[in-house]
Order: sequence, then structure tokens, then C-alpha cells
Amino acid sequence: MQARERLPAKGERILSLRGVSKRFGAVSALTDIELDVHAGEVVALVGDNGAGKSTLVKVLAGVHQPTEGAIEYMGRPVTLDTPATALEMGIATVFQDLALCENLDVVANLFLGHELSPWRLDEVQMEVRAWTLLKELAARIPSVREPVASLSGGQRQTVAIARSLLLDPRIIMLDEPTAALGVAQTAEVLNLIERVRDRGLGVIIISHNMEDVRAVADRIVVLRLGRNNGVFTRETSHQDLVAAITGAAENSVSRRQDRLAAEAGGTPA
Amino acid sequence: MTNKPTLDRADARVRHDDSLKGALKDFTDRLRSGDLGMLPVIVSLILISTVFSMLNPVFLAPNNLVNLLFDCATVGVISLGIVCVLMLGEIDLSVGSMSGLASAMIGVLWVNAGVSLPLAILAALATGALIGAVYAILYNRLGMPSFVSTLSGLLAILGLQLYILGPTGSINLPFASPLVGFGQLWILPAWLSYLLGLLPGAVMVWVGLSVMKQRQAAGLSSQPLTRLVLKAAALTVALEGAIYYLHLGRGVPMMFGLFVLLAVILNYGLTRTQWGRSMFAVGGNKEAARRSGINVRRIYLSAFMLCSTLAALGGILSASRLASSSQQAGTGDVNLNAIAAAVIGGTSLFGGRGSAWSAVLGIIVIQAISNGLTLLNLSSSLRYMITGGVLAVAVIVDSLARQSRVSHGRG
Repeated sequence: MQARERLPAKGERILSLRGVSKRFGAVSALTDIELDVHAGEVVALVGDNGAGKSTLVKVLAGVHQPTEGAIEYMGRPVTLDTPATALEMGIATVFQDLALCENLDVVANLFLGHELSPWRLDEVQMEVRAWTLLKELAARIPSVREPVASLSGGQRQTVAIARSLLLDPRIIMLDEPTAALGVAQTAEVLNLIERVRDRGLGVIIISHNMEDVRAVADRIVVLRLGRNNGVFTRETSHQDLVAAITGAAENSVSRRQDRLAAEAGGTPA
Repeated sequence: MTNKPTLDRADARVRHDDSLKGALKDFTDRLRSGDLGMLPVIVSLILISTVFSMLNPVFLAPNNLVNLLFDCATVGVISLGIVCVLMLGEIDLSVGSMSGLASAMIGVLWVNAGVSLPLAILAALATGALIGAVYAILYNRLGMPSFVSTLSGLLAILGLQLYILGPTGSINLPFASPLVGFGQLWILPAWLSYLLGLLPGAVMVWVGLSVMKQRQAAGLSSQPLTRLVLKAAALTVALEGAIYYLHLGRGVPMMFGLFVLLAVILNYGLTRTQWGRSMFAVGGNKEAARRSGINVRRIYLSAFMLCSTLAALGGILSASRLASSSQQAGTGDVNLNAIAAAVIGGTSLFGGRGSAWSAVLGIIVIQAISNGLTLLNLSSSLRYMITGGVLAVAVIVDSLARQSRVSHGRG
């Protein structure tokens, strides 16, 4: 809780996980995960479906408690027992399912749990900040006073991203932030990630889009079947990355590429 | 200011209606999409008063309406608590028993044991709060659905009520006491009720103007002044008219004043505080609320405790209304009426939608039906059937409106 007082210096380690495991009954969703995030760094978490990316994010967001292992935040061991603790410490999350309340309007969702002046809600100030924040994200929201139920998938995603920025966090985790976004909004989110990184925040991004990952990530952490499977940089070749994700140099992606290459070479020009 | 669109009016795709015609169009759009608000209540009130006054002109006589308001206050207060639990998508089926227990406690503690009245009232309210806390713990820690826990509470609390009343079964409250005076006789002085009738309109204009100023300073659009003034004027005229009509009879009951005051407080809590926002959020999407850092358990605790405490208060008021604590207090249709009032008034059984005013308007509808049927000399058997039918219609309207809202993207 006291960790919020100062902004960490660039390159300082904000978050480190050692030997974190999470089991759901007989299923080991995460086994012995090691992860470091430094200030001013974008870490991409990649892996196939079921690799444990979202579970890891939920552990860091305080939604799930790890079965084993230690989490260190700003140099101190911490227990993230509720989402409120994580938010309080400065770990903001955009969940894959967005976690918005459909019956509330955009302003209420953005400030949920952290309203301005709790005993006499300052709607005007909240609305102004909502519009400013959404403008920064190049969001196309027709009205912030409509219930979230009336927004499209992309608009909701923008709202969820805007909400994560509201609390002035130290680390932002984005679980598939661009999955439902249009071309301009995706570019804005990538710009935003870079802006946030330059401000000295740590960013963890989960994405299946390798192009997006390469565009912004400083390090690419690969998970496979709930375990660490290597750390790469954006210079790593596409083949190596895919091999690490799928666990073999010979995989469906490489086979498809070989087949396409053979077809292109085989047909007479 | 005139050329540059305000912060919230920059999107060219959205229609903004500032004229009165536009306001009307906005209103019909809302209705069509299933956002019915208070409309069903107002329609049914008009319907009920027309039918009953045709059958028996006494129905609309000022003094009958004054009696109606006395009756509204007791169950209405219970209904305010029901709004809180329904808002979370939960229910409290034991409010009737709780009110009965509270009324029995007043009789036993105050009349039989000689405890001072304020202390007896405090004890009854504290018991209510305690029972609400038990429900919340059962829900939060053991995951017991409120439907089941409060159903068992219904029986257990009724048992407790019978136990403390003992074999005599009924205790009369001294007729000259302030408690009975409050429940049967006390009327707001005419000047005070007229003054209070001016208050809502005045507050509306005052708050409206200050919000308008703030919004303009912040570069946001604001509602046109004419609409604000017209709304406030219409409200004031309606209220003063009603108060004038009631003063042709005995006047506005103090007990009803207390009920409205509680509704105003609850309305402020639900719409203008962080607690209220959290109530709506938990009712709409519990997991999302938890991930936003809301202490969901505390919200459940507050709602269950508030509900049972208000039920106890309702029981105290009904004891004062009947001038007795008896085994019959809180039984019969009290439970159903309290829940039905909230639903008829527009609080959704599915959670996440509702308002304190729904309890006020809903209980007026329920009591008007029951009062009208009594005037027609219909037996309670027919009254039960008709009230049950009305509740069924209200729930059907609620679920149809909900489906329509979902398909129109209004959550």
C-alpha cells in the first residue's frame, strides 16, 4: 500500500514472480512461473490457447490466489488477496472479458469503486475526465451517459482500457487489448502502450497478434502448458517464436508455410 | 461556445434533442426500448382510481385518501428495504415475520416489562440489524442463497414472535401514548405540509442551476433552462394540489411524512453516493464489481442489514397504527405486499435496476387496490386473489421490459 508513494526509476524492477504455481483441482494451470517486469518496459506474454496467460494475469490482478510461489512488488514480498489490493498497489488490469457492468453508463463504469467524492458524487468532474481520457484513446463513444450494454465490442474494450489508466497505476496488464478493435483504435492502443512505457510504467500485454507484439514488446515471454518456455526479443525470428509457442520446430504453422512455399515454387510462373 | 461543439456533443452520429418536442421523442424512444421507468405505476394508479371511484365515490374522498396514506407508510417502509435487496438480485422473504417480531418486542418490552419506549424501539431495530447481518454472513461465508436463508428465517422469526408474546397472544398499546398518536392521529400542520410541498421543486431548480453552471464551466452541454423550470413547476403544482386536497380532509399524516423522508434519504444514497453506485454494480455484474475493487461482501451486508432494520421499523409503525402487538402482526399479506410494491414500482427482480421511489409509488398502488376492494365490501379471499393477479402482471411487465431492453441494447 505504501508502494504508491514514488514512481520507480526507469529500469528498476517493479514486479518479480518466483516459482508461482496455480492449480485448479487436478489441473496445473501454472507451474513454477518466473517473470520480471521493469519500469519503462513492455513485456509480451505469448502462448497457445490454454498456456496459462490469462490465469497468470488473474493471479497478478488478485482475482486468483497462487497455490505456491512468491510475488515481489517494488522490492517487497506482497500477497495479492483481492482485486482491491492489487488496484491499491498500482496494478491495473484490462481483463479479456472486460469486466464491465452493463447496466451502468460509461462514466459509472470508468470510476467504479473509485468515484470522486464518495458521499456526494461529482458527476460533472467525472464526466469531464471520462471524455478527456476517451479522447486520448481516439475512442468513438457516442455518449458517456448511455449504459455500456448499448456499446459495441470495440467501444467496450476502449472503455475497459480507459478505466485501467484512470488510477495512475505502476503496471498495466492488458489481456488481448486489441482483439475487438478497429484499425485506428489498435494503432492508438499501441501508441498508448508506448506512451505509458515512456512515462516509466511497466506494461504486460497478452496478444495472439505477433505483429502487434513485435511492434511494442521489449521482451517476449513464452508460456507453454503453464510453464516458462523461453524469453525472446523482438529481433527473434518468427519461426523461432512459433516453435517456442507450439513446442516444436516442426509444427502446423511451419508445415503450412512449407506447403505454401512448395505450391508457389511448384506452379510454373 | 456557439460554433465549437461541447465536449460531449462532438459525435455527429448522435441526435441531441433540446427542444420540448425532442424531449417527448426521447421519452417515447425509451418506452419502446423497454425502459418503462415509473410509467406503469402512474397508468395503473389512474386506472385504479377511475374504476374504484366509479364503483364507490367514497374512494376518492379526502379522508379516505388520508387513511390510505396512513396504511401506506407501514408496509411502505418495509418495501424500501426490499428495494435494497432486490437491487442486488437477492430477496428477503422474512420481512413480514421481522416486522411482526419488532411489533411484539415493542409490546413485550415497553408495555409488559416497563422499558422506556425509545429503548424498546432501539432494541427492536437492533434485532432487525442483527438478523440482517446473519443473512449476510450465511450468504457471504456459506454461499446460502438468500431465498432459502430468509425462507427459513420467515418461520424461525415467526416462532420467536409467538414465543415472546406468550400464551396471551396480544398486547394492547396505551392509546394516549405518543406512539399510537403518531400511528393514528398526528397530522402535519397545514403550513408545514404546504411548505414541504414547495421543497422538491425548489431543490430541483437549485440543484439544476448549480449543475448547469458547473457543466458549462467544464465545457459540457447542459439541459435547457425552460425544461428544468417546467419540470419543477409541474412537480410543485401536482404536489401542492395533492396537499390541498388532503387538507380538505384531515391532512398529511406525519407517519407518511416519515416514510417519504426515508425514501428521500435512500434515494440520495442510491443515486448520489459511492455506496449506491456499488449497489447497482453488484446487482448488474457481481464479478466485474469485485474486480473493480468493490468490497462485494460489505455491500451484501449493508443491503441485508438495511432491509431487516427497515422491516423492524415497519413493524413498529404497524404496531402504532393498530395500537397493539399481536400474533397476527406481520403475517398474511405483509410479505407479499412489501415485495410486490417494490416490483410494481419498477425495481427489477433480476437486480441492477430500481429506485427508492418505486417503493413509494408501488405501495400506493397496492394499498389503493386493497382499500378500494375493502370499500366494496369484498372479503379478504377476493382481495388476496386480485392482489396476487396484479403482482403477476407486474412481474410479467418487468420481464417483458427486460427482454426488450436487452434487444435494444439498454442492459
